[in-house]
Amino acid sequence: MEKKTRRNFMKTLGASVGAAGVLSSGSLLSACNRVEEVSGDKITLLTSSGELVVVDRSQLKPAELPSLTENQLRGRKGLPGRSWVMVIDLSKCRNARECMKACQSHHQLRPEQHHINVLQMQDSEDTAPYFMPKPCLHCDNPPCTKVCPVNATFKREDGIVLIDNERCIGCRFCIAACPYSARVFNWKEPRDAEKYEGVTYNIEANVPQKKGTISKCLFSADCLRDGKLPSCVSACPNGVYWFGDKNEDAVTNGTTKETVSFTQLVKEGAAYTLMKELGTRPRVYYLPPKGQEASPIEGDHI
Amino acid sequence: MQKTESPEESRRKLDKIVSDLTRSILLKDELTRFWFFILIMFAGVGLWGWILQIKNGLGVTGMGDYISWGLYIANFVFFVAISLVGLLISSVLQLLKISWAKPVSRAAEQIAIAAVALAGIIIVMDMGRPDRLLNIFLHGRYASPIVWDLTVVSTYLAISLLLFYIPLIPDLALLHERMGPELPTWKRKLYKVLALGWKGNDLQFKTVYHALRVLMILIIPVGLSIHTVTSWLFAATLRPGWDSTIFGPYFVVGAFVAGTGALIILMYVYRLRYGLKEYYTDMHFDRMGKLLVLVCLVYLYFNINEFFVPVYKMKLAEGVHLKTLFSGGYAFMFWFAQIVGLVLPILLIQLKFFRRPLPLSLISVVILLSAWFKRYLIVIPTMEHPFLPVQNVPESFHHYKPTSTEMLIMLFSFFAALLIISILAKLFPVITIWEVAEEQGIDKEYLTEKSNTQ
Repeated sequence: MEKKTRRNFMKTLGASVGAAGVLSSGSLLSACNRVEEVSGDKITLLTSSGELVVVDRSQLKPAELPSLTENQLRGRKGLPGRSWVMVIDLSKCRNARECMKACQSHHQLRPEQHHINVLQMQDSEDTAPYFMPKPCLHCDNPPCTKVCPVNATFKREDGIVLIDNERCIGCRFCIAACPYSARVFNWKEPRDAEKYEGVTYNIEANVPQKKGTISKCLFSADCLRDGKLPSCVSACPNGVYWFGDKNEDAVTNGTTKETVSFTQLVKEGAAYTLMKELGTRPRVYYLPPKGQEASPIEGDHI
Repeated sequence: MQKTESPEESRRKLDKIVSDLTRSILLKDELTRFWFFILIMFAGVGLWGWILQIKNGLGVTGMGDYISWGLYIANFVFFVAISLVGLLISSVLQLLKISWAKPVSRAAEQIAIAAVALAGIIIVMDMGRPDRLLNIFLHGRYASPIVWDLTVVSTYLAISLLLFYIPLIPDLALLHERMGPELPTWKRKLYKVLALGWKGNDLQFKTVYHALRVLMILIIPVGLSIHTVTSWLFAATLRPGWDSTIFGPYFVVGAFVAGTGALIILMYVYRLRYGLKEYYTDMHFDRMGKLLVLVCLVYLYFNINEFFVPVYKMKLAEGVHLKTLFSGGYAFMFWFAQIVGLVLPILLIQLKFFRRPLPLSLISVVILLSAWFKRYLIVIPTMEHPFLPVQNVPESFHHYKPTSTEMLIMLFSFFAALLIISILAKLFPVITIWEVAEEQGIDKEYLTEKSNTQ
């Protein structure tokens, strides 16, 4: 049974690749023909800088698009020598949810999809309720990457757990494996699917999202490559997030842009990680919610 | 084994066996046509559900980001469980030289083949991107239990097919020789090709015995693996309810219960439909009933371990999960599966009356139903209670309710499994003819000669 389907699949694959090849060469040819109609041997073109230039037709070459494979190879490797960490100061969170908004717009998420989710927590009846932003914790012993059958989710050198939605088969084993509910799935056509159709996939922001594949927080790896802070970190109005490089022992506050020593911050702030008993070794540290003023929770908590 | 004296006696006996056991192949009445029509229609309707799902995405199901596995995975586990009866009946019992299990083994293999094939198909139907199935071969990582599962499930299917086919070869040669115009030409041709030029000499029989023995031994580790690895899809995670060390053996024993139940039902149907009272005798049902009690008792033991140890401790997240099972929304299903589907059968089947064909088959239906409930309870309630609260998502993400598309696809899987079994029963004898003949002391030389009644 298995073998038969595989063979059929190969056949269809072969046929569709062949058809795609014929189609694309056909469209390339027709494009060339159209150019010829406009002006004999010389044609006028508008460059990306806005100048009109006249070029000989024989000089025309197809433009080099950013290659998908190159982008993915780069994205899989990560930023050399870096070791990203995040510190979330729960005492500062006022549930402004600017992080969630910025994240959803950066990663083209539907309103119900959260790479970062601000949860209302209460540890016991006697303790005060508090707000807890929860991104992916980018564990150093990630339960999710272990179970992926196709290496579509993986741990990079710089500590980020990334997703390749060109590879993902949509088995959702990683959702089952993640104890922090950090992963979302594209159950339907993603937000603005038509708008982003044909856009080259950017693995470091996981956009455009694809139907039938997984998505999750990536510490905005594309921003990091550009030397910027992750979207949620810079969107926060309350100074909740510190983000930086453990190797440099420096974290920067997204709101105040103040940079401090990472070790000092976590030591002096009595930082902890979420459910450390599971042995996942998260890269996201929390400073306790001392003095936070969250309203009591209505239902919904364990 | 009895000893038959005269050649005439042998020939007469063999003729009767052949005419009894080919009834499933020759039967051409309205009921057969109607049955195939129903099967194909429902399987087709179910397949249409899958086409809808491919078009619109998995959003047509009741699953969400929290309860991200649903009916499909529950059915997958159910089918893998059912398929394990092949291992139990046609390997373990045969190796133990339990002779009454011989006529049952082909039916067990039919179930094994149909169930494991459907398990493979369902898992593809659950994928968000079935078009990328090939990625598992191109980029497969041996660290993922899914790849282990794929390996063992396909190996199990292959060995089950061989265990079905190899004992069939002498029968095929016999049928080709003996069957006349009552059989369509294509069927006779098929038998001839599949018989691989079987002559029925001692060397060939020796080869068959040897091959079967090797396969029976091989299928034990593979069969145990398929359900153990399937259990690891859950046990390899950190979730309360799944994070259990006994999940492997727990699943294997549960599978024996479900599979034995399914086999008893199939035996009863064959006995009734094809008039096989002399082959599936009351004794067979009696023994199958005893076997069922045995596996149920072991399963009960595992259930006590699986539930009462964590209940005693009531760890935070585990406690929430157990409460929903014991007294929450799943209490009916849970207690039905435990009491009606396990404790009650153990008590009842110990009485001789309930080991008679009809009562035993009815109990088996209940056992099979609760086995399905059990699979549903293994998959879904755990996902409803992750460690962290479920917030800021639509109400539908909090609970799981299968949609009509999921029901359609589920319908497909059940009817397609029945279709495979029905096709196998229509093509080949449901009981191995030469083994029955051997059991009745008929010499092998009569097997290959043409029937003298024609």
